[in-house]
Amino acid sequence: MNQIRHAGTEETLESADDESRRSTQFSRFLVWIPAPLLFSCVSAFLIGSSSAATDVVIGSKKFTESYVLGEIAKRLLIDAGIPAEHRQGMGGTIILWQALRDGQIEAYPEYTGTIATEILKADSNVSLHEIRDSLEKLGIGITAPLGFNNTYALVMRRGDAHRLGVRTISDLRKYPDLKFGLTHEFLDREDGWRPLRERYALPQQNIIGIDHTLGYTALANGSIEVKDAYSTDAKIEENDLVVIEDDLQFFPKYEAVFLFRSSTRPDAIAALRRMEGRVDETRMIRLNAEAERTKDYAKAANLYFEGSARSNALDDSFPRKLARWTVRHLQLAGISLLLSIIVGIPLGIVASRGGAVGNVILGFAGVVQTVPSLALLALLVPLPFFGISLRTAIAALFLYGLLPIVRNTATGLQDIPRSLRESAVALGLDPIARLWKIYLPIASRSILSGIKTSAVINIGTATLAALIGAGGLGEPIISGLNLNDHVTILEGAIPAAVLALLVQWCFDLLDRVLIPKGLRL
Amino acid sequence: MSALVKLEEVSKRYGDAIALHPTNLSIESGKTTVLIGPSGCGKSTLLRLVIGLIESDSGSIELNGNPITPDNINALRRRIGYVIQEGGLFPHLTTRANVVLMARHIGKSEEEARNRLLELCDLTRLSQNLLPRYPLELSGGQRQRVSLMRALMLSPELLLLDEPLGALDPLVRASLQEDLKKIFTRLGQTVLFVTHDLAEAIYFADAIVLMNEGRIVQKGTITDLRERPADPFVSEFINAQRGVASV
Repeated sequence: MNQIRHAGTEETLESADDESRRSTQFSRFLVWIPAPLLFSCVSAFLIGSSSAATDVVIGSKKFTESYVLGEIAKRLLIDAGIPAEHRQGMGGTIILWQALRDGQIEAYPEYTGTIATEILKADSNVSLHEIRDSLEKLGIGITAPLGFNNTYALVMRRGDAHRLGVRTISDLRKYPDLKFGLTHEFLDREDGWRPLRERYALPQQNIIGIDHTLGYTALANGSIEVKDAYSTDAKIEENDLVVIEDDLQFFPKYEAVFLFRSSTRPDAIAALRRMEGRVDETRMIRLNAEAERTKDYAKAANLYFEGSARSNALDDSFPRKLARWTVRHLQLAGISLLLSIIVGIPLGIVASRGGAVGNVILGFAGVVQTVPSLALLALLVPLPFFGISLRTAIAALFLYGLLPIVRNTATGLQDIPRSLRESAVALGLDPIARLWKIYLPIASRSILSGIKTSAVINIGTATLAALIGAGGLGEPIISGLNLNDHVTILEGAIPAAVLALLVQWCFDLLDRVLIPKGLRL
Repeated sequence: MSALVKLEEVSKRYGDAIALHPTNLSIESGKTTVLIGPSGCGKSTLLRLVIGLIESDSGSIELNGNPITPDNINALRRRIGYVIQEGGLFPHLTTRANVVLMARHIGKSEEEARNRLLELCDLTRLSQNLLPRYPLELSGGQRQRVSLMRALMLSPELLLLDEPLGALDPLVRASLQEDLKKIFTRLGQTVLFVTHDLAEAIYFADAIVLMNEGRIVQKGTITDLRERPADPFVSEFINAQRGVASV
């Protein structure tokens, strides 16, 4: 009898030991955070630098023609034995120019009119010679024109134009009620809508800003009646539109060229120069149409090489692309989340003490959250160290993920009953032990739910990272938006949604491991 | 009889409200001193000053001849046990982990902690089967026993009890009162006990300290208070609770 009871006691004590070990699991979880973070940071750094060190990176703007020219350039480089990478659809003129100046890309396709007015802030009629001289001083080289002039144009449905008798832009003055849908870039450009309106004294008031590709849909279904377009745009023929004649010769010449860094390896420059004078307007329209039809820029670029040897560039299968996007997406969301945790929990601890400092911290984190994510990205791009890079995307996501963690840490700690705080003090635990062994474990449920919120937000917001060329599941979403191709959009949107659900589910599991059992009763 | 704790001219105010007027008090070694008085009379304030949960505005407090300062308070707290009405057990730790927390923190061996734990189970009559349970799985009376075990773990010189039985139902309360008194006697423990219940005070006290509006009104035995009241308030307080006091 005695023996039996003794055995029972031993067992009880052993399992009690176990429990006390488990209860500090949350604290140990916090200790381990720096390890994966360090690893992630190193790998992020390697991703960021290795591509720049070995490959020649070509950038392109966010529209079909730029994608196609970028693909052709990449093929030319690879065929010349130069490792090359094409970062598709990185953004607008300013972003590409900035990336070129900062050395994040080596070259990208541009138009003479844009270089003159947007980049050099000069008159749109400066000669190619003057442009070359000005760029040289900035360490940037320029190829000769590729052979086509892609100027801006205003377009209408053929039926509308006939019915109203509109042939020239001057004719538009007679119809003040026409609805214009213009791209945001055109609305803001120095050589865009405002001077055009002045030059022609256009009376229309009904002007909306709309994405270039969506604008064609809006035009087709009658939501708008006039939009801006590029003269080599394949959609003009495809949608049975007419170009309204620029009778006052307002639009400058937009001859396609490649800009490159003067420091680019000479054989790469030579490869780019092989495009000079080789692409006329008919050919460009054909390439653009092929890209839009097949939804595949590489295939369209192949047309350029008709007759030449088949590219050794790899044809990516969907599963491989999906894997690449997902890995990058998880990298973006994961690294930024770890940073948010490492910074957010200590800030939350400080904020939980209240006072001016606490209010400043919670206020700052709250304000960051109110900045639209797109604007936050745009604000970070011009800063030194950031630019068009993975770093920028991670920094923006990190700032976004901060608030839920800071706030939940602070409230979790503040909600600990006074009797428990005082018990910890009265026992004679020193402040660090109180925090580590008592306060943080008791607040663990709240802290973990903050981390979960951040993770889910980050997975969603990380799709925007593709806008600045950081990749991830946003890549198909944005190029799908650009091509007006719903299937491509879904190729990114569905995995992103699934990923968010999976992350949520993983965190629910993690709750069971990390929240001490005594708090889950 | 030597004084384990000595308060000299200790006072505390919160803004304009005076919680404790300058006060002198000695707590005798090996005795149970009970602080009693109506709500807000300053009895809990006094207790919290001793354990350093609040800092006094003036005066000095000595424990065993050592003045309590912000520098040594944390070390001194480990020589003082503290039990409150809510128990103050950490919900994320098991009974066992709650009790051995400090012992392990200051580096006592697992074996030493385990032996002391078993001793305390005996002393407080807590079943060892409850050791792996979490506080939420215990009854109110069991929680207070565990809280007492935690307070006694490091064999403190002084035990502070702030209405430890206030939240319990009468039957549990009576049985715990009995156990507590036995424990104090067996350990020769110096106790400072706060209650608002006169019957409880009489049951435990070697000396009763009656407080009102931030002042000590009278210190003495219950006989002193009954027969030689220092102030009309003393009689008033005792008569208000005569139902039990006359038992």
